[in-house]
Amino acid sequence: MIFGTGILKGLFVTLKNFVTSYFRKPDNGGIFTVQYPEERDKAIEAFRNFPFLAYDGTPDKVRCVACGICERECPPKCIHIVMEIDPLGKPARRPSVFEIDHGLCMNCGMCEDVCPFDSIYMDHAFEVTAADRGKELVRPKEALLKSNDYFLKIRPGTATLVDQKRRAAEEKKKLSRAATLPPQGPVS
Amino acid sequence: MTNTKDLEGSQMLEINFGPQHPSTHGVFRMKVFLEGEKICALDPVMGYLHRNHELIAENLPYAATMAYTDRLDYFNSMANNFGYALAVEKLAGFEVPERAAYIRVIMAELARIVNHLMLIGFLLNDLGAFFTPVLYAFREREKIMDLFEEVSGSRMMCNYFRFGGVKRDLTAENLTFIKRIVSKLPAFLEEFEALLTKNEILCMRCQNVGVLPADLAVNAGITGPVLRASGVNYDIRKVDEYGLYDRFHFKIPLGQKGDVYDRYYVRILEIRESLKILEQALSQIPQGEVLNKKTLPFLKMPRNFKPATGEAYGRIESPKGELGYYLVSDGTPQPWRYHVRAPSLINLTVLEEMCLGQKVADAIIILGSIDIVLGETDR
Ligand code: SF4
Ligand code: SF4
Repeated sequence: MIFGTGILKGLFVTLKNFVTSYFRKPDNGGIFTVQYPEERDKAIEAFRNFPFLAYDGTPDKVRCVACGICERECPPKCIHIVMEIDPLGKPARRPSVFEIDHGLCMNCGMCEDVCPFDSIYMDHAFEVTAADRGKELVRPKEALLKSNDYFLKIRPGTATLVDQKRRAAEEKKKLSRAATLPPQGPVS
Repeated sequence: MTNTKDLEGSQMLEINFGPQHPSTHGVFRMKVFLEGEKICALDPVMGYLHRNHELIAENLPYAATMAYTDRLDYFNSMANNFGYALAVEKLAGFEVPERAAYIRVIMAELARIVNHLMLIGFLLNDLGAFFTPVLYAFREREKIMDLFEEVSGSRMMCNYFRFGGVKRDLTAENLTFIKRIVSKLPAFLEEFEALLTKNEILCMRCQNVGVLPADLAVNAGITGPVLRASGVNYDIRKVDEYGLYDRFHFKIPLGQKGDVYDRYYVRILEIRESLKILEQALSQIPQGEVLNKKTLPFLKMPRNFKPATGEAYGRIESPKGELGYYLVSDGTPQPWRYHVRAPSLINLTVLEEMCLGQKVADAIIILGSIDIVLGETDR
């Protein structure tokens, strides 16, 4: 025999939730939806989306040396790198082509983990769209390059650590260079 | 299993549920033969979401597969990571630092809570309680998702575990946040249960529907809450005591009849037990390293990681059942063989037995109560 008390109780719960959702805090049972284009959620530092390439100062000072480690380790193989060749025909240790296919990239962060030159990092920009997935989604180097200041802005924790590490390495290099090289300056 | 080929051309009504059907929780197809409203035969068709998971992993270094395991059961990638990490650690003999082991347990239990909340919500959807309970569950889930994003960088594709530890340490704020979640959730569960557990409609729809006898469940290799709802006390957290589960006190909730209602209620009770584990873990968690120093070079240079020839099977109690990873190494950077024992797939095999003689509408809630995720079923 059904009396329907459970149903009345259920309706009471939904009514209570409906009314109190207007008064409670969002993390405590209140309205928690964010009206997206106008409002935004707070940025989370660890958030990872497609990778970007960090440069120091001006975009021609790329940190990437086109070693190709990330290209090889990327699980879906969505990175394409071509080493720049300088006028003497030697590898210039800079990429002339650096493309990431956003249609393939799965935001895993492997490239960031393996890069030995602190060059590739996961970005926060998620509003990347394209009308054509064949061409536009393959992002060229120009679209991927972002300054270190940008990196410091979106991920202050990681970026500061990386900066400290790089500065320390540079100091060490300077010291050892001054000790070993004759005064005519660095060759490479 | 009835051979549905024999039934084709008979007087019975043959209908297809799916692969594009909201109640099949993904791209799953059920071929159902009906006599009036009664189900006479049911043929599950899987494979629409096959993505070659195992073969991909056999061509990648061990470290890179971690990101792919997220995509198996995309509702609880933390649990998937856990199983894979355990398998690789067994293969190579890596130790896990104490703090990392605690973090792993915390994440796995949070993932279980998320999974069960979602499941109950969607089960109610299947019952016709459209979206109100789901959204209440989502409200709680969202907090845990925020935490996952904060620690791992992604809400659902966490890729957070590494062999020999975890990727990032939990900060003091993270721990306070988890404590808050743990302290708030019981009140929510009370309310959720007031809405559901004694509700007459829920009881009438779920009790004595889709009964799975204990002996059939054991013979078919069913694991997880579906098995425990049939009254079989088998939980890998207790059997294997992997991770740190031997240190925590918690009970294994059991059902009696093995019907849809028991499967629903066992999950509610499991959430409560998970909360107990979380409370203990949060009070005990020590300071220290979160990644074994020995594994760091292998994460930087994945191709240098060449475990000795051998095999390993790592398994965990994922929210859906026994999730196992089988790895065979031949001394090269890639596994020679990699296999996933997906609980969703194996739990699906008794779907027909549970559905025979029931009404069409019951088939949907029975499927919902098994808790499948097609990413894992089809791999
Ligand atoms: S981004 Fe890093 S790993 Fe990739 S090619 Fe450049 S330096 Fe090498
Ligand atoms: S995030 Fe992963 S998939 Fe994307 S480019 Fe880096 S390694 Fe490749």
